[in-house]
Amino acid sequence: MKSMLTLLLISSIATSALFFTGCSGGTDTKAIGSVADAAMKVYVAPGAKDEFYDFASGGFSGQMAVIGLPSGRLIRVIPVFSMDPEKAYGFSEETKPMLMTSHGFIPWDDSHHPEFSMSDGVPDGRFLFINANNTPRVARIDLTDFRTKEILEIPNSSGNHSSPFTTENSEYIVAGTRFSLPIPNEDVSIQAYSEKFKGTLSFVKMDKATGRLSLAFQLMMPGFDYDLAHAGKGPSHDWIFFSCYNTEKANTMLEINASQNDKDFIVAVNWKKCEELAAQGKGQIVNVSYAHNIYNDETHTASSVMEKDVRILTSADTKGNVYYMPTPKSPHGCDVAPNGELIVGGGKLATVIPVLSFSKMLKAIQDGKIDKEIDGIPVLNYKACLAGEVEKPGLGPLHTEFDDKGFAYTSMFVSSEIVKWSLKDFKVVDRVPTYYSIGHLGIPGGDTKKPWGKYVLAYNKITKDRFLPTGPELFQSAQLYDITGEKMKLLLDFPTIGEPHYAQACPADLIVKNSKKIYQLAQNKHPYATKKEADARVVRKGNEVHVYMTSIRSHFAPDNIEGIKVGDKVYWHITNLEQDWDVPHGFAVLGANNSELLIMPGETCTLLWEPKTPGIYPFYCTDFCSALHQEMQGYVRVSPSGSSTALTWNSRK
Amino acid sequence: MTMKSRLFMVLASALLIGLFFVPMWSITLEAPQYPKGYELGILISINEVRGANEFDLQNVNGLNHYIGMKPIDEKAIPELEYMPLIVGVLIAVGLLTSLIGKRQLVIVWLVLLLIAGTLGMYDFYRWEYDYGHNLDPRAAIKIPGMSYQPPLFGSEKLLNITAYSYPALGSYLILLSVALAGWAWWASRKAATKLPLATAGT
Repeated sequence: MKSMLTLLLISSIATSALFFTGCSGGTDTKAIGSVADAAMKVYVAPGAKDEFYDFASGGFSGQMAVIGLPSGRLIRVIPVFSMDPEKAYGFSEETKPMLMTSHGFIPWDDSHHPEFSMSDGVPDGRFLFINANNTPRVARIDLTDFRTKEILEIPNSSGNHSSPFTTENSEYIVAGTRFSLPIPNEDVSIQAYSEKFKGTLSFVKMDKATGRLSLAFQLMMPGFDYDLAHAGKGPSHDWIFFSCYNTEKANTMLEINASQNDKDFIVAVNWKKCEELAAQGKGQIVNVSYAHNIYNDETHTASSVMEKDVRILTSADTKGNVYYMPTPKSPHGCDVAPNGELIVGGGKLATVIPVLSFSKMLKAIQDGKIDKEIDGIPVLNYKACLAGEVEKPGLGPLHTEFDDKGFAYTSMFVSSEIVKWSLKDFKVVDRVPTYYSIGHLGIPGGDTKKPWGKYVLAYNKITKDRFLPTGPELFQSAQLYDITGEKMKLLLDFPTIGEPHYAQACPADLIVKNSKKIYQLAQNKHPYATKKEADARVVRKGNEVHVYMTSIRSHFAPDNIEGIKVGDKVYWHITNLEQDWDVPHGFAVLGANNSELLIMPGETCTLLWEPKTPGIYPFYCTDFCSALHQEMQGYVRVSPSGSSTALTWNSRK
Repeated sequence: MTMKSRLFMVLASALLIGLFFVPMWSITLEAPQYPKGYELGILISINEVRGANEFDLQNVNGLNHYIGMKPIDEKAIPELEYMPLIVGVLIAVGLLTSLIGKRQLVIVWLVLLLIAGTLGMYDFYRWEYDYGHNLDPRAAIKIPGMSYQPPLFGSEKLLNITAYSYPALGSYLILLSVALAGWAWWASRKAATKLPLATAGT
């Protein structure tokens, strides 16, 4: 009966979809096939939950979008590199240190590539890493509470694009320079590019127990643009691969000048050997300064320290452990098949998709098949490393993901399609259009040892007419395709935030089982926590006023405060005493040059407020917490600077 | 009493030890805000009142303040102090019964258990009545004629909350204990009629 009803519902959705097709002409029925089938596959009934979590980078929003699959519903936005007034991220005293860098406080960045923490080549559901492209940083997000817990700045780098790809057990998270620079950075002529500018490949170590990051070492590389990366797995466990373009070393009009060489490179680095060399004290320690920001779960507070020194290994130090493999032409994606043997280069301007072989690469090294050296780094022979080329794949290949049945899926930006090809004979077996101009694509676990080959997602760069128009500025569109059959089938269009680049998806169970519901008040070690209403108070220290406030349905304590003076710095330290799932309380005060606070159960958050004129200032709870939420308010009296109004507050005993 | 009956009496008494560790009664509160799988639960034992989940009692008290119900506070319930003593005495009498082996004592024990159980249920009702009716006149939510007494047994909708009140494992232990004692009594009755014949031979 239930399934009959569902069928009925689905077919009515399908009918209306067909009806609208007649009106707007927007649905490509050829790509979809049966609309009813497609609707059935993405329909998540009310109360039911999605099968997969999809974490899509927010691109120029600097954040991370959490999407449920197959519904395409946006279920959360995690602030990472950009301030978020809704969550007070970067506004509260506790989270301001997260956005500190060697350049000072930075309110924004461009986040590109999420990457799961891995155990034995598959996502372990613990952490998610993501890179900041503009001011090079790597962030670690905790998947128990979907919060950013650590941000590490990468020195000697610019345009941190080939990041944060991780090795098979997340031993290392890498960060490669897209924009080469003088290292150390200095005031030189841009014309000195080819001789003075260098790239670096950074290796960030993750502590297995805590997830804490530390910059282990950097490789000094020729001044190319290091674009994307993926680590080896299985047989290629010890190696990691980076694509690079601009091997012409152009410093102007790159669109022409960096598109001259017929082949650029994929760099192969034996990280295991480099780790040993670093441990032996090879290379040299260079004095640098970079921010390391850590959010403490017990104090609910972040701290930022400036780290010094990094070990840099040059090609002389790493001899025999770093190689260039020629790859046509200006490669972007650098993707390793589940078997760890095949490395696919996405040559943006290439007419083929080159597939390199790890075992052939080892043999070429052994047999000395070396064409030349660049700054001491051997360039292996292309043919000697080549497993095969995918002929006539389409135009503008960018990225490749893999399923669990021996097929690869490559995104084609220029011809706006996904091309499915066989890893056995490198023959194209299917292609579907994307709407429009796909960038990255994603299959749950599609860059791991064990892909869950149920869907492929297209993350597009151009939206045009896919949704109702919203003026010149549009959300980017994404598409979901069913890949369980021989032919890919379009199922769904959905909007995304910012501009998603890469995304990572995994079965929901992996994350659901560890999901936190509250923060334990008993374990709250915030120095300004107020754990019971009786302890609520206001303390003056010179012109600093600390309000130790509690919130619980449906009141603040205290809720009347007098004796604040113009010129005071008022710190509202608010502890949410609730220990119940999904009962946050908010806080906002009139005229604050600041955001609201949104305080989770058991958490303490601090808002700095500097009132400028005498008067009465109401404050209130901004999150509709209960039936008497509208009553959850209070008043604070601000007197002129130097007035004799005594500091008083009420308490409810 | 036969050895078997005595043994059953020991078992019947020993089962009551379980009451120190498992709840006798469970009240579950379901609401739109606390849907299936995320209900609030209160578990009542002879020696404690606690939430089914870590913070359930605190959250129940938090919700109840809107209707002016006083918070459920273990310290305000003296029964939690003397109910363990009563159960302790019942266990001791039960064990003594099996030691002495007098059949009539089993009946005495069962009657004692019945009285304790009835008084316990009455007391439970009294508390429920008190919590449900004795409300703070300054409560935010006041509905004329409305009281918030949870049911003694079964379910009832109170505003947005459906309260389910059912026996928990401890109550089943008592039932099992009664059955065992009853069996001990019954079996030894048969034995009593047969035993003289058997002993006549010796």
